[in-house]
Amino acid sequence: MNDFLTERKKKLEDFKRNVRKKTTTYEPIDIPDGIFIKCDQCGAAIYEKTLITNHYICPYCDYHFRMGAKKRLEMIVDEGSFTEIDQKLSSVNPLNMPDYEEKLAIGKKLSDMEEAFLSGTATIVKMDVAIGILDSQFMMGSMGSTVGEKVTRLIEYATDKKLPLIIFSASGGARMQEGILSLMQMTKTSAALHYFDEAGLLYISVMTNPTTGGVAASFASLGDINIAEHSSLIGFAGARVIKQTIRQDLPEGFQTDKFQLDHGMVDLVVHRRDLRKTLYKLLSLHTTKRGESL
Amino acid sequence: MTTAWERVKLARHHERPTAIKLIKSLFPDFIELHGDRMFADDKAIIGGLGTLNGITFTVIAEEKGVTTDDKIMHNFGMPHPEGYRKALRLMKQAEKFHRPILCIIDTPGAYPGIGAEERGQASAIATNLKEMMGLKTPIIVVVLSEGGSGGALAIGVGDHVYMFENSIYAILSPEGYASIIYKDSQKADVAAELMKLTAEDLLHFHVIDEIIQEGEGLHINPDFGFDELKKRIIKSQKKLASYDVKKLLKSRYQKFRTMGVYREQGEQENESTT
Repeated sequence: MNDFLTERKKKLEDFKRNVRKKTTTYEPIDIPDGIFIKCDQCGAAIYEKTLITNHYICPYCDYHFRMGAKKRLEMIVDEGSFTEIDQKLSSVNPLNMPDYEEKLAIGKKLSDMEEAFLSGTATIVKMDVAIGILDSQFMMGSMGSTVGEKVTRLIEYATDKKLPLIIFSASGGARMQEGILSLMQMTKTSAALHYFDEAGLLYISVMTNPTTGGVAASFASLGDINIAEHSSLIGFAGARVIKQTIRQDLPEGFQTDKFQLDHGMVDLVVHRRDLRKTLYKLLSLHTTKRGESL
Repeated sequence: MTTAWERVKLARHHERPTAIKLIKSLFPDFIELHGDRMFADDKAIIGGLGTLNGITFTVIAEEKGVTTDDKIMHNFGMPHPEGYRKALRLMKQAEKFHRPILCIIDTPGAYPGIGAEERGQASAIATNLKEMMGLKTPIIVVVLSEGGSGGALAIGVGDHVYMFENSIYAILSPEGYASIIYKDSQKADVAAELMKLTAEDLLHFHVIDEIIQEGEGLHINPDFGFDELKKRIIKSQKKLASYDVKKLLKSRYQKFRTMGVYREQGEQENESTT
């Protein structure tokens, strides 16, 4: 009995000592400059710098955060190979819509771009391409007259120079503030692709999170090869509108990249980390017999 | 002056004729052709053949339906992907037989539903936009009452585009627009004014070529407007038939290519012109 008590006492002493010892070994925490970002999908707090080095992919659940056009460009093309075109185009307010100018100003600030579409020429593993990227930070990557014009000019440029074309979409659709003029950009961009097709050139469309509405229903769906980036929302009508119309819950996984693959709307679902590699591979496969097309 | 909201109400007037009535008036010998050959026959889009002024046309139309049962059958004029694919099939057929195409737009929009998404609504619309640009036969388009968004545009790529005086053509319904801009769908009347959705507005932006006068209005006396349209179609058909294919396609491309208003070099505004 005595032994038991002595032993317990000794254990308690050890425990106390260890705890004290531990507290004394604590070192002052170096508070980093930067912030933690909460993952939209799993809720984990991720250190911002980790997120950036990880291509804006959650290290815990693989969720792909939205990515600005300039960051996207860095990840895809050879360093220093990009030459921008049509950077002088910017939007006006043709319908005199209230608050539109303010929204444009905010978009410019957030994206560090004149409009929601960045376009130009670059190389991917030394292969020349015409490349365009929508930026969802600029008014949800919506397509008004300027975006429509820039997309069309890029397609026409690629047609003229016989370059393969890669467009990354990230868009809520046609831009409400420019009304019918935005709607007509769907025709304009798709029409340019008709002539691009006739020239026998390769167009790879990469749909990223989100690709919906008038952008999904025009150039984004018209690739010779359609790629959906992993963990993206892709569809025509918004989930809320569909819910209101049919008055029932939507099935699990509705309008995801996997949904589009299962229903035959995209050729591939590709993880962000593998995009450059996949694009390189696809571009290479189009050089075997017709080197002159590249 | 009629306000934009009044136009919206006229465009949706319950006495206003739907596409079937217009087709019967212009093409008494109309014969309907069904199906997309892939999945189904979408009754929100009607297609077929008929003669006007001695010329056989391929007619494509969005039909809303008249009675309640009829409206349900036609899904209130809201097409599924198979509807757009049927339209494209018939348009390709028109190209083969060198027939002019008449597209009649009357829809609140493409149907937002699970099946529509599963079968590729976005892809169906996009494909029509691209393919219509290359069709080697004249395309005449008329907005009868409501031209709702991509659902209208998917049969709206034409060499000549007309709008009836009391029709509307917009990126979204005024209700939808109000719920986005004002977070309140009740403000649809205010939104309608802002949106620039009347025939006059669209003529101003060069999105359409001409307005078809209605006289008292299609809901009172449809024959007046139908007759006006008939004259325009005959005129258009004659003009477009005189173009060779190259000229036809080039001018169709140019027409849509110049749509939009933006600024270049931070200076002059580049307004759309035809």
